[in-house]
Amino acid sequence: MSERPERFIIDGKRLDGRSFDELRPIKIELSPLDRADGSCYLEWGRNKVMAAVYGPRELHPRHRQNMTRAVVQFRYNMASFSVDDRIRPGHNRRSIEISKVSREAFEPVIFTKFFPKTAIDVFVEVLRADAGTRTAGINAASLALADAGIPMRSLVSACAVGKVDGEIVLDLMKEEDNYGEADVPVAMTVGEEITLLQMDGHLTPKEFYKALELAKSGCRQVYELQRQALVEKYNKDYSVDEDDARSDAGGDSDE
Amino acid sequence: MPGVMLAVIPMSNDVMAEIQHDYLFNLVLKGERADGRSFDEFREITIETNVIDTADGSALVTIGTTQVLVGVKVQPGEPFPDTPDVGVIITNAELIPMASPEFEAGPPREGAIEIARVVDRGIRESKSIDLKKLCVTEGEKVWIVFIDIHILDNDGNILDAASIGAIAALLTTTLPGARYDEGEDMPLPVRDIPVAITTVEFGGELLLDPSLDEGKIAGTSLTVITNSDGSISGMQKSGTDPLTTDQIIRIVDMAKTAAEEIRTKFLEV
Repeated sequence: MSERPERFIIDGKRLDGRSFDELRPIKIELSPLDRADGSCYLEWGRNKVMAAVYGPRELHPRHRQNMTRAVVQFRYNMASFSVDDRIRPGHNRRSIEISKVSREAFEPVIFTKFFPKTAIDVFVEVLRADAGTRTAGINAASLALADAGIPMRSLVSACAVGKVDGEIVLDLMKEEDNYGEADVPVAMTVGEEITLLQMDGHLTPKEFYKALELAKSGCRQVYELQRQALVEKYNKDYSVDEDDARSDAGGDSDE
Repeated sequence: MPGVMLAVIPMSNDVMAEIQHDYLFNLVLKGERADGRSFDEFREITIETNVIDTADGSALVTIGTTQVLVGVKVQPGEPFPDTPDVGVIITNAELIPMASPEFEAGPPREGAIEIARVVDRGIRESKSIDLKKLCVTEGEKVWIVFIDIHILDNDGNILDAASIGAIAALLTTTLPGARYDEGEDMPLPVRDIPVAITTVEFGGELLLDPSLDEGKIAGTSLTVITNSDGSISGMQKSGTDPLTTDQIIRIVDMAKTAAEEIRTKFLEV
């Protein structure tokens, strides 16, 4: 593990030169996978995550089916080579907890009532980790769900805030996450309903309120990028050629 | 929209398999494949190395729309008691549910274990990695090379993609000496380039690089791992149908040619 830096903030800038309210660069690619019903590859700083959605599809075993709605299942998993020291492949207590709170971040926005007895499966694979993988996973999963055509009330956008050198800062990088004083991951809908909130570290209530507001501004920025990615893809894929549209309309009026 | 229900219950796999089988069988009789390839033609291959910087070596391989990511990690550890002076290779494959509607979460099952073991066999038996050079202190400390295979998208023939990815990743792997105070970083000593090539038998014909559907309906597949000098370092027959001697000889020949092409195009040091 890297050494603890002596100071996290020098001349009002953070270790990677960002200001307090600045996100790391985000790159989004929609539908990189062919098998999945929807998928999204997302890079966030040095994080690389892949999300895939299958469903709504038959849920096994059958006793887990719900007669009135779809069951959302979320599996967050880290590749063994995604961190400095190789981790044993497979689920562990950390990934089980993250999977649970991530699933709950989506339950309120998905119209599960439309698909009784089915499962909507969301898979997030962290290929390269650098702090903030759960929020990166949620952002990618949100787009993968949209890409799969799952009806939702809203996208979910997520972002973490934390405290380093006594300052509240947006979107912690690895050193800030490892040695910082607090870490607060947040996910929310367009309507600013909070669907995920965790916190560890030490904050006064006043600091927490400030952190929450900063997290919300981060989520809003993420949402804009998510929206852009969807608009770009689906404008391209489904734009109607104007001439075609006109001749179709003309054909109708002739009859 | 209350009451909206999608027809999400797929046609039973058995029925689909039978329809698929007839369709592909008739194509093969006409000398064709569903994607227009000839029988001894690979799909397009791409290899991108050093994609994961937390790994000591990595490669993303695509064959058609099949995508496999291989990460290599090297760490010091104890040697096995019966081989105190050589390094250790540990190969693991994960058929994660992201990659296919048919994969389920959980510990590796026979499919994943077979892939990991066949890839491992090729690298081990070809003596591709000079394991003697991975010994730090005899009987106490050697380098352990973890090859982790992550299947991201399964459109068939993930075994070949994993094998190509493993050797491509190993070729770019650094022994992280500095990280563990064991001297300087240096490239992993790789001496040979084993490549696994899978051929399926179907309707009496032999098809190289089976697509997902072809792999499913074929009665049998034979994977042949060949080295740079054309020698064979591993084979695996998988599936229930028998093969004739003549078919096996032809498959070995096809595998050798295909491996040579892939080696020349992507993997020469």
